[in-house]
Amino acid sequence: MDLRKKRKFINKVALTLSMLAMAFGLFWLAWILFTTLQLGVTGLSLDLFTKMTPPPGADEPGGLLNAIVGSLIMITLATGLGTPIGILAGIYLAEYGQRTWLGQITRFINDILLSAPSIVIGLFVYAVYVAQVGNFSAVAGIFALALIVIPVVVSTSENMLRLVPDNMREAAFALGAPKRVVVMQVTLKASMAGVITGILLAVARIAGETAPLLFTALSNQFWSVDLNKPMANLPVTIFKFAMSPFKDWQEIAWAGVFLITMGVLGLNIAARVLFRAKHKL
Amino acid sequence: MNDTSQAMMMNEVAANLEAQMAFKSLDFYYGKFHALKNINLEIYKRHVTAFIGPSGCGKSTLLRTMNRMYDLYPEQRATGELLLDGVNMLDKKVDVNALRAKVGMVFQKPTPFPMSIYENIAFGVRLHERLSKSQMDERVEWALRKAAIWEETKNILNQSGMSLSGGQQQRLCIARGIAVKPEVLLLDEPTSALDPISTMRIEELIAELKAEFTIAIVTHNMQQAARISDYTAYMYLGEMIEFGVTDQIFIKPKKKQTEDYITGRFG
Repeated sequence: MDLRKKRKFINKVALTLSMLAMAFGLFWLAWILFTTLQLGVTGLSLDLFTKMTPPPGADEPGGLLNAIVGSLIMITLATGLGTPIGILAGIYLAEYGQRTWLGQITRFINDILLSAPSIVIGLFVYAVYVAQVGNFSAVAGIFALALIVIPVVVSTSENMLRLVPDNMREAAFALGAPKRVVVMQVTLKASMAGVITGILLAVARIAGETAPLLFTALSNQFWSVDLNKPMANLPVTIFKFAMSPFKDWQEIAWAGVFLITMGVLGLNIAARVLFRAKHKL
Repeated sequence: MNDTSQAMMMNEVAANLEAQMAFKSLDFYYGKFHALKNINLEIYKRHVTAFIGPSGCGKSTLLRTMNRMYDLYPEQRATGELLLDGVNMLDKKVDVNALRAKVGMVFQKPTPFPMSIYENIAFGVRLHERLSKSQMDERVEWALRKAAIWEETKNILNQSGMSLSGGQQQRLCIARGIAVKPEVLLLDEPTSALDPISTMRIEELIAELKAEFTIAIVTHNMQQAARISDYTAYMYLGEMIEFGVTDQIFIKPKKKQTEDYITGRFG
């Protein structure tokens, strides 16, 4: 076989293999989405957004209002707590401590945190906070979620800042700008789209986390916005309801799954669109 | 030409030649690598001085000592003296940001900041002066006019500086540099990433700017050095081989090495 034919043949084999791998991955993803849609849609109704989680064997249909609000509160506060810390640490790693021993140790620890199983983080917050205070609370859940947000934001912020070419930094320094101005007004601005993408991905990550909330915020069958009390949230409610023998609970669980999936999908699309729009410049 | 007229001419030349910057036995090191060796040189006020030489000869390094750009990198250091208006700028006590307000720099690749055209210009000015909105508007217009880019940008001042073409971006960077009203403008191969027409515009610009600014330019293009500079310095392996009036360097170089380089025998 002459060389060109051989090359074409190998090319085809490689292409076929990678297409098969892609199809394999997509197949499961499509199945997950389909099942979520199929089972979730039956439970979708206005009640879902207006009624509280029902007690077992209730005559009236229930909803997820308390869980949705609880999730929104905890995700918002955890992101608000974790994001500034994450961005500042990312700035330190990219702009100040890149080659220092402190920077390298921080980066190493951050990488470990990034891949730490979320159940470990849940148990950690349980041990240092819940067990000390003596009750489950939304605050504990927020701490646990923030601990998941921080490493994601640190790592994306650092990587995005490092994508800014040194030319741009030098150009700002050449005008006589002090370092803080260069960082805050030039490099951070240049990498803003990437940093925001990182935040959105962190939100998507914590939106579905169950394990860290099981040991911290627990859940609440009733309406509560008291941060010092257990708070209802979608993942733990789904966990509880899906395992239950009651049909109405199972339906609500699937509707919750559908809500989270759509939310995460929306966040991912938003992140992607934002990143692409900014990088067209 | 009789002796008196020659003497008069010499006098005129001498009167116009005021050293804006001066290197006195300057050495420069990248870690252990000795990149500049005992440089002694004067950069004359309101003239264009070109630095030529093969890659790695130290001409960009020399330019980067003039605004202490090397300060950003801990392993780089300079010894000797670099005088700006008679004051040694290498002195640790000198405020490096004040120095950079007096010595602006334009880089090889255009580097607009991720902000509007207006803000690109105002950014540097705000670091050193407090101006009212109308004063700032005036300054931005002044700088953009000086850099011959006002006509193209006056209606799009709020657009991102990154939306301009490469040649426009480079003129924007020159405008940004002169908006701070420096005394010296350092140009590090400012046209090597540009097309011939943009290059021509920048060269014309340099000819106009030297009425107000002292200009030091590094270039790989010898024709460019011959066209735009008043003085030329030829460097090789970190040493200043020859420095003189541009015409003399290109027509009658004193050193064999310079002649070999400019006639294209090597480099």
